[in-house]
Amino acid sequence: MHDVAGHAAHAAHEPTSFIAKHVFSLDHKVIGKQYYGMALIAAYVGMFLSWLMRIHLGWTNAAIPGLETLSKTGAPGGVMTPEYYLQIMTMHATIMVFFVLTTAPFAAFGNYFLPIQVGAEDMPFPHFNMMSFWVTFAGFLVLMSSFFVGDGPTLGGWTQYAPLSAVGAVAGPGQGTGVVLWATAIGLFCIGQLLGSLNFITTTLDMRTKGMSMWRLPYTVWAWFITSIMGLTAFAVLMPACILLVLDHLAGTSFFVPSNLVFNGQLQPHSGGSTLLWQHLFWFFGHPEVYIAIVPGMGIVSHILTTSMRKPLLSHRVMVYSLGALAVLSYMVYGHHMFVSGMNPVSSVVFSFPTLVITIPSTIIVLILLGSLYGAKLRINSASLFALGFISMFITGGISGFFLAQPSIDIMLHATYFVVGHFHLVMGVAAMFGIFAGTYFWFPKMYGRMMNETLGKAHFILSFIGAYCIFMPFHYLGLAGNVRRYQAFTDDYLQPLIPLHRFITVAAILTGLAQLIFLYNLIYSRFWGKPAPANPWEATTLEWSTPSSPPPFNNFGGTFPEVHHDPHQYSVEGASADYIMQTSPEKVNGPDEA
Amino acid sequence: MAKFFAVIIVVITIASAIPIVMHTWPTPQDISTHGAAIDDQTNETMLEAGISFVISQIILAFFIWRFSSWRQGEKTKTFPGGAKAMVWAAFLLVGTEVLALGIFGVKAWANVYFTPPAADAVQVQAQAGQFAFYFRYPGPDGKFGPIHPEMINEANANFFGIDQTNDADSKDDVVTAEMAIPVNKEVHLLMHSKDVGHSFFVPELRVQQDFVPGLDLSLHFTATKIGRYEIVCTQLCGLGHYNMKAYLSVLSQSDYDDWIKKQAALQ
Repeated sequence: MHDVAGHAAHAAHEPTSFIAKHVFSLDHKVIGKQYYGMALIAAYVGMFLSWLMRIHLGWTNAAIPGLETLSKTGAPGGVMTPEYYLQIMTMHATIMVFFVLTTAPFAAFGNYFLPIQVGAEDMPFPHFNMMSFWVTFAGFLVLMSSFFVGDGPTLGGWTQYAPLSAVGAVAGPGQGTGVVLWATAIGLFCIGQLLGSLNFITTTLDMRTKGMSMWRLPYTVWAWFITSIMGLTAFAVLMPACILLVLDHLAGTSFFVPSNLVFNGQLQPHSGGSTLLWQHLFWFFGHPEVYIAIVPGMGIVSHILTTSMRKPLLSHRVMVYSLGALAVLSYMVYGHHMFVSGMNPVSSVVFSFPTLVITIPSTIIVLILLGSLYGAKLRINSASLFALGFISMFITGGISGFFLAQPSIDIMLHATYFVVGHFHLVMGVAAMFGIFAGTYFWFPKMYGRMMNETLGKAHFILSFIGAYCIFMPFHYLGLAGNVRRYQAFTDDYLQPLIPLHRFITVAAILTGLAQLIFLYNLIYSRFWGKPAPANPWEATTLEWSTPSSPPPFNNFGGTFPEVHHDPHQYSVEGASADYIMQTSPEKVNGPDEA
Repeated sequence: MAKFFAVIIVVITIASAIPIVMHTWPTPQDISTHGAAIDDQTNETMLEAGISFVISQIILAFFIWRFSSWRQGEKTKTFPGGAKAMVWAAFLLVGTEVLALGIFGVKAWANVYFTPPAADAVQVQAQAGQFAFYFRYPGPDGKFGPIHPEMINEANANFFGIDQTNDADSKDDVVTAEMAIPVNKEVHLLMHSKDVGHSFFVPELRVQQDFVPGLDLSLHFTATKIGRYEIVCTQLCGLGHYNMKAYLSVLSQSDYDDWIKKQAALQ
């Protein structure tokens, strides 16, 4: 628990200048909004890039109007070159994985709401917090700058497998400056997330207000806390890996490059490195990263669903233990990305079992969410719709993991569109639905205004149908043997699949247009939305007990809330209303499960 | 809205399952001895995953339909058995399912990786490089000559860096751009990359294995159907990745013998 007296002075330090208040702010709420803003920009850039890719895949030789203006060499006459397609694909993936799916549900919402939900005025290291955003933002700028330097961004995919990424320009376009900028950007991103994770962990353990025991933390705080621990360990592996990659590139070291490589008839000077070492380091980060993207979504969705269902989940503890089990197992399964990459075949079997076993905590989470819906008094709004959509997407995306966990099936499905469909549903769409659910739910608290519900529901239904139309067919393509990361389908056996690609492209464009409804709603509601009541969803957690929306600089107006109840007390027998705020002194007979 | 959403979930679930049941976009035919075990494993997984998918989506839709239309004064209810029922269900149903899949899956994997190649298997060396595959056959002596990376020169067609003048084992080696193998005869494929990571994928053969620079890897398989099939690269290897392919010809033994003689004469 934190030192109340020590923080009483916090309010006295409220900054007054524009720069201190809105740019280099130490306030966790402003930093949360900054992260959200960056993620929003990144999401629309990433989506735009995916449109370009999809149009090219549907109609490979068609000129895309205006594309030549963006890159004369990459798209002469508006038609993408093979290397430009791969560069766009790499940037789409990197932007989405790092700057959207990690940033929005974890860094943005976590920064804004974690301290409030534990009853703190701020995080323990506000300067680190400010730095975490600006370092991450610098990473984003460095990444985007690669569009404008040398021969453009790297084209090695978000996995940046060595030695393609490690030997420099000799490996082809984008492999010079593009790789250095990619590795620098990701290294900076890692620093930002490490600093953020430290703050999240310390806030959760050390800044809880009176009465806020660990088991009284809402699902969101548990999810951010568990994600922080994953972030701390996973990004701590990726960051040095990026440094070693840059050293191979610029300083002539050979961490990831073996001897006797020949490019364009020239024997390369490297020797002694291991190609597989990069893959081990990358995936030891890369698989936990999947859970770094999705676990906050699970927390947000659980939090929102309890409010919408007017009942708590079946078990607070089982949910939290399952999230913890996911986190632990997420490290033990990383090798399933490398079944056909030349590891000893026995290790593939060893990695297969935890990959299958991780289905058990995932299933428990889904069953707890589904089982909790039974007997609910469901309130349907944009936030709860996206939370329910999350369950549907997580089931669909998760089930295809059954296939990929088995090395024998991976022989057929590895590097095909089946994998693309799987991870897009589970860590792309499901995670995005978590972000949307969180946005509709917390917007009234963040801006003091309501979002438009009609637009929100239209946004949901179009996104839900659209996401299935895009990503379900990816599974069919994969089963038919369609290899991913191809800019054109020149192989004979892929020709019958082109009409399906065109269907996906049309679906992607329409679903993307639906995201403009969200953008409009967000901007319109920010300035002209209906003023929000203090607790519009009749929720129970501490963010709804701040004196105003948005909360004042010190969150609770200089006093510290005292917590008397579990975080999700709804429909408690004998209570005066169908929800009991955590701060309510009302005594009820129902036991606190937590 | 809730009921509309519930109906949409059911429609999407059924529409998603139809192409799988109807084999609208079929998996490529199987032309290998080990492929049946992989296909059985895939079908078994598809059945279990498909049932789980349909049941869970329909339950979700039903709960959304039913519990969003509650009446005033109605009380919330808890699922019979509570969280314990869920944990037991996950451990018993899913746990058993995944372990069964895991154990049988190992058998299918072992078919490919856990047995040594036959002593009389046809030896073929495959080299991947940006953006082409080349294949080498050891010739009548059954031995491959050593590779000299510094001698690799595409301009004079020395794709493997072979020193035919000084290395006795290299003199009869046959290098081709297309891979041919005899039908119903085991092939031992020795794989190496000359530059970046690539992959050897023949969907019909149910074979996929990365080329990893710095590692000598191998695979063995037996093709059972005569025909011409594509070998595609699945590991992102640079701008020409999408177009990096070669052909695998599965020939009768006599056609294969003729083919290798013809190739030797062209060296």
